[in-house]
Amino acid sequence: MGVDGIGARVKRKEDRRFITGKGRYTDDMTAPGMGFAAFVRSPHAHAKVKSIDASAALDMPGVEAVLTGEQLVGDGVGNLICGWMIHSKDGTPMKMGAWRALEPEIVRHVGQAVAVVVADTLAQARDAAEAVVVDYEELPAVVDAVAALEPGAPQIHPEAENNLIYDWEIGDEAAVNAAFDSAKHVTSMEISNNRLVPNAMEPRAALADYDEAEEHYTLWTTSQNPHVARLVLSAFYNIAPEHKLRVIAPDVGGGFGSKIYVYPEEMVCLWASKRTGRPVKWVADRTEAFLTDAHGRDHKSHAEIALDENNRITALRVKTVANLGAYMSLFSSSVPTYLYATLLSGQYDIPAIHCNVKTVYTNTTPVDAYRGAGRPEATFLVERIMETTAREIGMDPAEFRRKNFITEFPHQTPVIMCYDSGDYNASLDAAMKAADYANFGARKAEAASRGKLRGIGMSCYIEACGIAPSQAVGSLGAGVGLWESAEVRVNPVGTIEVLTGSHSHGQGHETTFAQLVADRFGVGTDTVQIVHGDTDKVQFGMGTYGSRSGAVGMSAVVKALDKVEAKAKKLAAHLMEASEGDIVVEGGEFKVAGTDKSTPFFQLALAAYTAHNMPEGMEPGLKEGAFYDPTNFTFPAGTYICEVEVDPDTGKTEIVSFVAADDFGKIINPMIVEGQVHGGLTQGIGQALLENAAYDESGQLITASYMDYCMPRADDVPSFNLMTTETICPGNPLGMKGCGEAGAIGSPPAVINAITDAIGNNELEMPATPERVWRALQAAQPAQAAE
Amino acid sequence: MATVTITVNGKKRSATVEDRTLLVNFLRENAGLTGTHVGCDTSQCGACVVHVDGKAVKSCTMLAAQADGAEVVTIEGLAQGGELHPVQAAFHEHHGLQCGFCTPGMIMAATDMINRYGAKLDEATIRKELDGNICRCTGYHNIVKAIKAAADAMAGTAQAAE
Ligand code: FES
Ligand code: FES
Repeated sequence: MGVDGIGARVKRKEDRRFITGKGRYTDDMTAPGMGFAAFVRSPHAHAKVKSIDASAALDMPGVEAVLTGEQLVGDGVGNLICGWMIHSKDGTPMKMGAWRALEPEIVRHVGQAVAVVVADTLAQARDAAEAVVVDYEELPAVVDAVAALEPGAPQIHPEAENNLIYDWEIGDEAAVNAAFDSAKHVTSMEISNNRLVPNAMEPRAALADYDEAEEHYTLWTTSQNPHVARLVLSAFYNIAPEHKLRVIAPDVGGGFGSKIYVYPEEMVCLWASKRTGRPVKWVADRTEAFLTDAHGRDHKSHAEIALDENNRITALRVKTVANLGAYMSLFSSSVPTYLYATLLSGQYDIPAIHCNVKTVYTNTTPVDAYRGAGRPEATFLVERIMETTAREIGMDPAEFRRKNFITEFPHQTPVIMCYDSGDYNASLDAAMKAADYANFGARKAEAASRGKLRGIGMSCYIEACGIAPSQAVGSLGAGVGLWESAEVRVNPVGTIEVLTGSHSHGQGHETTFAQLVADRFGVGTDTVQIVHGDTDKVQFGMGTYGSRSGAVGMSAVVKALDKVEAKAKKLAAHLMEASEGDIVVEGGEFKVAGTDKSTPFFQLALAAYTAHNMPEGMEPGLKEGAFYDPTNFTFPAGTYICEVEVDPDTGKTEIVSFVAADDFGKIINPMIVEGQVHGGLTQGIGQALLENAAYDESGQLITASYMDYCMPRADDVPSFNLMTTETICPGNPLGMKGCGEAGAIGSPPAVINAITDAIGNNELEMPATPERVWRALQAAQPAQAAE
Repeated sequence: MATVTITVNGKKRSATVEDRTLLVNFLRENAGLTGTHVGCDTSQCGACVVHVDGKAVKSCTMLAAQADGAEVVTIEGLAQGGELHPVQAAFHEHHGLQCGFCTPGMIMAATDMINRYGAKLDEATIRKELDGNICRCTGYHNIVKAIKAAADAMAGTAQAAE
């Protein structure tokens, strides 16, 4: 490999434009004659739309149009859909309520759009939106998923009786019940997973431009997967056939799941551009982002674990109620099912697992995948109950976990997944050593001498990335395949373009994907250009989410590189009159092994394009494409250990150390991987300590700004101590597992286990705010507190 | 309407804008400098930080009219003659950015911080001072590292020049 190859800490090629202010995000785009959109949104969580009076707004300066749901439906724009079919245990399909991009009849959450104003300037559009008079008749609302299932709760969609979307199960219930009947010890607990708002720093935005002459649309938008967006807009929403719709996701300022979906606003901009005959731009303000970006998590679970006399786990039984909000977002149905319950085995050899999941409509913002998507919920549940069980049986939590670890691979769990590789003891050992677990007692005593309560907590997480293979996900209800495509184009001068269906919105693909090429041909990454995010340039692709760009996206690049290399070797052999098997690629040259004959890469590229001297039957040019469909998920895993100090007077928690030992398989660029883990850990710590999307009873989101929703800031988190262990993933050519979500998946239980250890009370919900911690402490130590 | 003239990155820019126009909108729309970003509507995120007369200011909290006659430096004006500012270089060197959206504000805030503290900047102070800047991608770890490295490098250069 060269200095830029696989495993090197190559500095990012994309940095320069971002650090000099030259990044190009959707809001930076303009089009001649562009108008601005502002949405009229419901202030009520649940209400009938009786009438919309736009006459005053239409008279205001600069106003081009006020468009409503009635017109949208009249023009044949389709309803928003959920693309993953889940069946209830009785075999009935999930109950999908109608979701219109502009609602003409009944609004179901605060912030739902009922009309859009297009005007010459943004200020004019916003002023006019305020002047649109909507007459609502308020209906009773429900925001809590468990309450929504109660008889007599307000009914949200006529399709879904008792607001139940599906009642799904996985696992062998009879085997689980039998194991509980003969259990030596049972631990049971209520576990909830707080609702979060993804909060990519770049708000969602769209610029739609309809060209009447060509009947062609262009959409610049904040998307993690522009091809999927185009497919959905085309096939389901009737915007335009695919060849008449170009979707461009330029620089995108973070996604974390929230930019996977096609939302009402982007669709409305496309439609409004045709209606008004001018380009239409919309940029969410932060309040709109809070009210309309798909939220994450929001589970309430009851979990029980059964042990035998040797403290080995014999069964796990889980009942979960998941809040999906007012509508079923694009992949929402898969999150609390196949991305959640299939990970309930954790790192442990559990013979029997049963999980029942009820998903529910409420009058809240739709919920879908947010960094980790289902896996954080599973990990939190498993690692909280593991810790609690260890405490109940009086066993060291590390030893209890170790005793139940899976140690042989492949391992088939009772919940679909077949873990292909791993070494859970290795990451646990590494983390315990780095955290100096053995001497925790001394640190606790020292902290006590300063009046602080010190606690330690761990989490041994597993997750599943690169969701696949297509045939398998298809059989589980997915509406799409989950492969990836790549094309490698060698230019006549020897520079290389790699077109990928993956999308980078911070992950550094322009660097890491180029490293693959550098590694293969011994050329510098500066001669490689990565092209992504434009449906006119890249033929098709599934985008970036679920930590799939490495394991799936890069594997497609590897396959395309294989083809380019094979053809180039054939040509080199022909030109140097050697046998193909003797050609080796080294330092940017094709060489005949054992001789001094060589052809530089750029000369070979030129020869392929001049085509003056090609082998018999070889086509000119040097360009190859590939589609890669994985054979299995990948299974990153690791151990996180968190140490905290709690101030007993205020309940404030300080994270004093955080160790993360991860097994991501093969790593292409350790610097980028560490960055992914830092970010993930911080989001997980945010969930554990700070973040909560809170609704009041009437359905108002009371945390709809950065004044109320507590984002982790620099002084809320420590510097992290990271390390990796490595078992190679056998399922893809690079041996990669994926690293984008691990931090957010593994960290919340480590934090809560540490705090509950410090305060001596296991009852603590996320976020563990100072108030909650203080109250939990009072409950645990009333005598001490009274002193 | 108000006519405002602001010197942005050394160049005088005049425009007649609505009274309610924020400095950030003036910079993005009138001056065409889109490196300054808008990440919130409550002056919390710091994506919009620029320097006004040498001090870090959230450009979403200031009217363009209030900056009439001022000298403003934005992220586009930080590198001199194609040479990155040490803070920009440190963000690259230490992987202090991912999606890049918070980055201009971070770099402008960091530069101001270093101007005020110099080599005295330690990790705790950096973390405290960064309170007005939110990053959702990096977990701050490498941003803090980059700022510390830049502060040290700039102190070193200052010393060498003495
Ligand atoms: S946009 Fe200025 S602080 Fe957020
Ligand atoms: S780098 Fe994405 S928000 Fe900071």
